[in-house]
Amino acid sequence: MPKFGRRDVSSKMVPLDGLGIIPERDAGKPPILDIRHLCVDFGGLRAVDDFTLLIGRTEIAGLIGPNGAGKTTVFNLLTNVYKPTQGRILLNGQDTRGKSMHELNRLGIARTFQNIRLFASMTVEDNVKVGMSHGYTDGVFTDMFRLPGWWRTERRQHVRALELLDLFNLTDKADTLAGNLPYGDQRRLEIVRALASEPKLLLLDEPAAGMNPSETHELMDNIRMLRDRFDIAIMLIEHDMNLVMGICEGIAVLNYGRIIAKGTPKEIQSNPVVIEAYLGEEAAK
Amino acid sequence: MDKTMRGYRQIPVWLKYLINALLLCTLLVLGNHIIASGGVNRAQKAVILQIGIYILLAVSLNVATGYLGQLPLGHAGFMAVGAYAAALLWKALPKETWAVILGLLLGGLVAALFGLVIGIPALRLKGDYLAIITLGFGEIIRVLIINLPGITGGTPGLMSIPKHSTFLVVYITVILSCALIHTLMKSRHGRAILAIRENEIAAEASGVNTTFYKVLAFAVSAFFAGVAGALYAGYTGILTPGNFTFMTSINILVMVVLGGLGSMAGSIIAAAILTYLPLALQSFNKYRMVIYAVLLIAVMIFKPSGLLGRYDFSLSRILEKAINGRLFKKPGKAGEDHA
Repeated sequence: MPKFGRRDVSSKMVPLDGLGIIPERDAGKPPILDIRHLCVDFGGLRAVDDFTLLIGRTEIAGLIGPNGAGKTTVFNLLTNVYKPTQGRILLNGQDTRGKSMHELNRLGIARTFQNIRLFASMTVEDNVKVGMSHGYTDGVFTDMFRLPGWWRTERRQHVRALELLDLFNLTDKADTLAGNLPYGDQRRLEIVRALASEPKLLLLDEPAAGMNPSETHELMDNIRMLRDRFDIAIMLIEHDMNLVMGICEGIAVLNYGRIIAKGTPKEIQSNPVVIEAYLGEEAAK
Repeated sequence: MDKTMRGYRQIPVWLKYLINALLLCTLLVLGNHIIASGGVNRAQKAVILQIGIYILLAVSLNVATGYLGQLPLGHAGFMAVGAYAAALLWKALPKETWAVILGLLLGGLVAALFGLVIGIPALRLKGDYLAIITLGFGEIIRVLIINLPGITGGTPGLMSIPKHSTFLVVYITVILSCALIHTLMKSRHGRAILAIRENEIAAEASGVNTTFYKVLAFAVSAFFAGVAGALYAGYTGILTPGNFTFMTSINILVMVVLGGLGSMAGSIIAAAILTYLPLALQSFNKYRMVIYAVLLIAVMIFKPSGLLGRYDFSLSRILEKAINGRLFKKPGKAGEDHA
């Protein structure tokens, strides 16, 4: 794995509009994600309540919390799988309300899933190519009749897919069916597919789930490398605290659908409310 | 298996196309020569033409069923629309080659239009619901044909349609149609359609406009069913609503499932076998349909994924293996137990 010039990960976090903190290096630009007072009700249950969060252009942000806290629900709200009951989301300054999932993808949001959702009986390379869903203009007839547009697109997508797969050492598995990959590679392939749409914000839902410590460590390097190389913001849900504390710059802690703490890893680790949520009242004392 | 492996020689794409095109042309000329020289009797010729028509029907249904992963049950409806459209045009035009082509295209286009009209509302539904709505559509078409005798000839049928479906017309159309479906599926649009079958949410989240591609696949499926319908009209010379019942749709679906959902070669082989079988079994008269049914059940028990599963025959892949000297080696099994 080639090493890329590392940004100062411990870049100071500065407050923005009194609503949250973003890395100092992103302070001049508007945040990539601006979520205000987001709520969603499922029947009588408020699954996410008054969720307000800012994420900087090149920030690695973490969303943590006990099981059932509503973390994945937040991701589903960000990608319009669910419609928020209240509140609004600005992605790159644009309101995401009423947009379909694929339109949001075009606006620059890509995600992976907690339970892997690959195109299992397609090859690894084709999985990545499906991710390259925009920026190509060859129409249906161009492709059916093999006009020059098809040859151009195929060549471009092939080269690009191998480039992206190379980042995660998956190049030699390009022709394998995605469903036949070992578990860790499937998780990596999901990230590659998400990257293929050239997102500005990458949402990773438990990327380290089921990985062993050395794989998790490699994943941490990879996530940093992605941010540095593609200049994107990454928001991740994760239970592995080594990973979260190791690479996230801003962390939000969710419990029962509410944010109970926001801050840098250091602040979160010493926050009594967080410790109470995770370990119970006794431990917090 | 692993084409990225170093030293594995590949045949360039254009050469693959050239090889396939030459081979198919040779087969066409050969077949035409045999038929023209009286090598087959009339009954055999009829079977050959029917096989071609059913191949196109199965391959076109495979687009919606095997590739897109939906279950439409109204394929005979699209076939009927195409058949009547082409028949009416052919009756009005002189018997020229351009009229034949025009009729085939019109059959396809009218069917595709119906596909769009049905597909846009129907594809909001999934699974059983889509099956029922398309089943209803197929029946509506049939009832409409019965009740519009002024245009369609009603129950007695539409007579004296020019018999345009010669061996060459049928097989050139079938080969071209299969080629176009193949090239569509091997493009970014085809991959988007497959992705929807594999995981709709992931496809949508990856930026695939699932509504557009579902309707596209449905319309393409309807288009080629319409073309097949046109071929059918030119083959029988008479169209009656009884040709396009629910059972016709089911027969086509059986071919697709038996051949293997998502395998074009499977659809072709199954269509050929299942069209030929009832005719071949005619000497067993009484037990004909029993044997037919038992064979179907046997295949589904012993090979539930269909004759070919999702495998697609590729001549160039075999040639590639041959020039690399690994024709008889099994592809690598690495990682398969992780599925």
